[in-house]
Amino acid sequence: MDEVLLGRIITASTLGFHIIFATIGVGIPIVIMVMEFLGIRKKDTQYLTMARRIAKGFTVTIAVGVVTGTIIGLQLSLIWPDFMRLGGQIIALPLFMEVFAFFFEAIFLGIFLYTWDRFKNPWHHWLLNIPIVVGSTLSAVFITSVNSFMNTPSGFELSEEMFVNIDPIAAMLNPSVYVRVFHVVATAYMTAAFILGSIAAFKLIKNKFQKDAEYHKKALKVTMSIGIVTALLTILAGDFSAKFLHNEQPEKLAAMEWHYETETHADLVLFGVLDEENQEVNYALRIPWALSFLSGNSFDTEVTGLNDIPEDEHPPLVIHYFFDLMVVFGMYAFGVALLYFIIKKFTRFNEHHPALLYLYFLAGPLSMMAIEAGWFLAEMGRQPWIIRGYMRVSEAVTNADGLGIVLVSFIVLYAVLGFTCSYVLVKMFNNSSAESSREEYYGEGVDAK
Amino acid sequence: MNFEMIGITVLWTFLYGYVIVASIDFGAGFFNYYAMETGQHQKVSHIIQRYLSPVWETTNVFFVFFFVGIVGFYPDTAYYLGTSLLIPGSIALILLSIRGSYYAFNSSATKPRKSWAFLYGVTGLLIPASLSIVLVISEGGYIYEDAGGVQLDIEELLFSSYAWTVVFLAIILVLYVSSGFLTYYASKAKNKSAMETFRKWFLIWSLPMIVISQFTFLSLREHNFEHFQSAQDYWYLFGLSLLTMLIAIFLFWKRRNLGLAFILIMLQIAFAFYGYGISKLPYILYPFIDINTSVVNESMAFALTIVFILGLVLLIPSLYLLLRLFIFDKDYVEGREEEGY
Repeated sequence: MDEVLLGRIITASTLGFHIIFATIGVGIPIVIMVMEFLGIRKKDTQYLTMARRIAKGFTVTIAVGVVTGTIIGLQLSLIWPDFMRLGGQIIALPLFMEVFAFFFEAIFLGIFLYTWDRFKNPWHHWLLNIPIVVGSTLSAVFITSVNSFMNTPSGFELSEEMFVNIDPIAAMLNPSVYVRVFHVVATAYMTAAFILGSIAAFKLIKNKFQKDAEYHKKALKVTMSIGIVTALLTILAGDFSAKFLHNEQPEKLAAMEWHYETETHADLVLFGVLDEENQEVNYALRIPWALSFLSGNSFDTEVTGLNDIPEDEHPPLVIHYFFDLMVVFGMYAFGVALLYFIIKKFTRFNEHHPALLYLYFLAGPLSMMAIEAGWFLAEMGRQPWIIRGYMRVSEAVTNADGLGIVLVSFIVLYAVLGFTCSYVLVKMFNNSSAESSREEYYGEGVDAK
Repeated sequence: MNFEMIGITVLWTFLYGYVIVASIDFGAGFFNYYAMETGQHQKVSHIIQRYLSPVWETTNVFFVFFFVGIVGFYPDTAYYLGTSLLIPGSIALILLSIRGSYYAFNSSATKPRKSWAFLYGVTGLLIPASLSIVLVISEGGYIYEDAGGVQLDIEELLFSSYAWTVVFLAIILVLYVSSGFLTYYASKAKNKSAMETFRKWFLIWSLPMIVISQFTFLSLREHNFEHFQSAQDYWYLFGLSLLTMLIAIFLFWKRRNLGLAFILIMLQIAFAFYGYGISKLPYILYPFIDINTSVVNESMAFALTIVFILGLVLLIPSLYLLLRLFIFDKDYVEGREEEGY
């Protein structure tokens, strides 16, 4: 295998593994914050127990998130040294700020997790949520800004293969940063909520500890509420993304839609099989004119096709499938949350019917797969560039030997970490009922309201 | 002060912070496992856990901060060190990942496992060894540039007496610093027997510590005479380092003023660390990266400096809060916690 491909697979596996934990790391704090708020506000120890139990599991996932984040931070220099030498002149600022945000979060997370019983006034402990949410969300913001710069570089001039006249702020606030930050943060919140919803649904299906039913129903309600709001925001973000791609990265839009001819009244293509020879898409679901409308809110919007983009700058066409998966999985989660509330509010059916519980359960894993598909779409969609328009991936890879062995070692590491992490989490909650945790934390006499 | 000096001072200071907190952290993990093996677990482990649990993540950020900062201020380091360190760097990363995750797995698991304690205990000693390789390489002589780009001469590194001295220095330093800190922490916790155990470990490690630090000088003289000569201009820093060390050992011996004794250890390392750093200038990586020619463009250096100052305004009070709650709080350290809500 050639070095570029090896380098790309190493980075893809590190990031593919890291974003599972990073997404949880960005999203869970906000759920914990809401649950602790409800618990203190309603004086309901079930919500408080929920916050505490989630926080306990969160410690384990955050550990894996921290170590894989450290890995990717250093791997950028190890695998792509030329990129960091050139790009380091510009992305240093958001990278540095990301570390600060993370530092801030790490300090308060340490305090938060070990001070549940140390404050007389519970609101003081709740306040610790604020720096954690701010820190985790800001790290997502800054790191997304780095990635956005690689997609839509700005804030410099190029002279003899060196960046000059650099404006660090303009580089951070590059054209795609707002849309991407919005999309990343909304989907992280959404995914974390649906993952916790899945756990609640799963526990209700298994019904191992019958006295826990009320607890898990409450958990399902909170997570579905957060889920539906953030899913709506995600849909909005997706709409912005289409417009931004149309304006800033037309080749990615064309590749992900298999759109060859530049035209107005362009169709949106879902699924299908591509016949590359004849540039024809078979068996697809076509929504007439929708692509033009999504790109510019008008059917007359002219959408650039692949034929107007130099052949050696075409992104791989496989990203169309990632796009489909992302949209379908994301919509599924939104649909499930909607269904839950429709049944609960407007019908006389039981919203906890086992068949429905299975549907809710799927929303979490599918949202996470939507995140993966979305990142594969975004990252493969800017091939062959590492800094779009300025540096190709093939020019950035290290010349050091040993990429093959590095790849194997890291894949083994991720398999072991992933396995142990799941094992610890399952062990942690499988045999301890929520009610017994509540009694342990808050005493037996306290009644749940 | 100009940006290249601001940058290196900031980074060196963070690296110093990392050396202290990581030494405590790594050593504590090792002692935890050692105590398990020798049946002293009941006596000392809860002291170790009580310190480690809330801070291990912060420790890790010191390291991330350093390497993101150095690539930010001096992007050339990404190119030279990144290329030459692919294999050693990956090994260090894998060790760090095993340690970080297995610490968390073990402290969260319903039933802690000895094999997991082994994993994070032993990696705790291998990490300083693998990270210290970077400092070794920065002395020059181990990497060369040819038509194919930057190359690391692994053979040269493997058979270099200087490299091995630094590796042993790193390992002994970890055991020395962390046993010193744990003695102090146990004495604060009023846990007499744990304190005696840690004190014994500290005294055991202080002798090799004295020996190895002298050895490092001798082998530096062999390896990079230029650096050795410029280090002699700062002889007073190294002298102060030795002096503070001797006083610290004396205080531990006498079981007196352990808080002050640990501060002296921190000073001892600070004097040696800054003395080494200053005498190394202007090279970050001899002779490829000179801080005067490889600093990031001026507008970025300015932005980084501003962000750094703003960041400190946030970090210092937060770190202070963390220390207040988990190190200087009597009730927490002694294991008595108040009833909450």
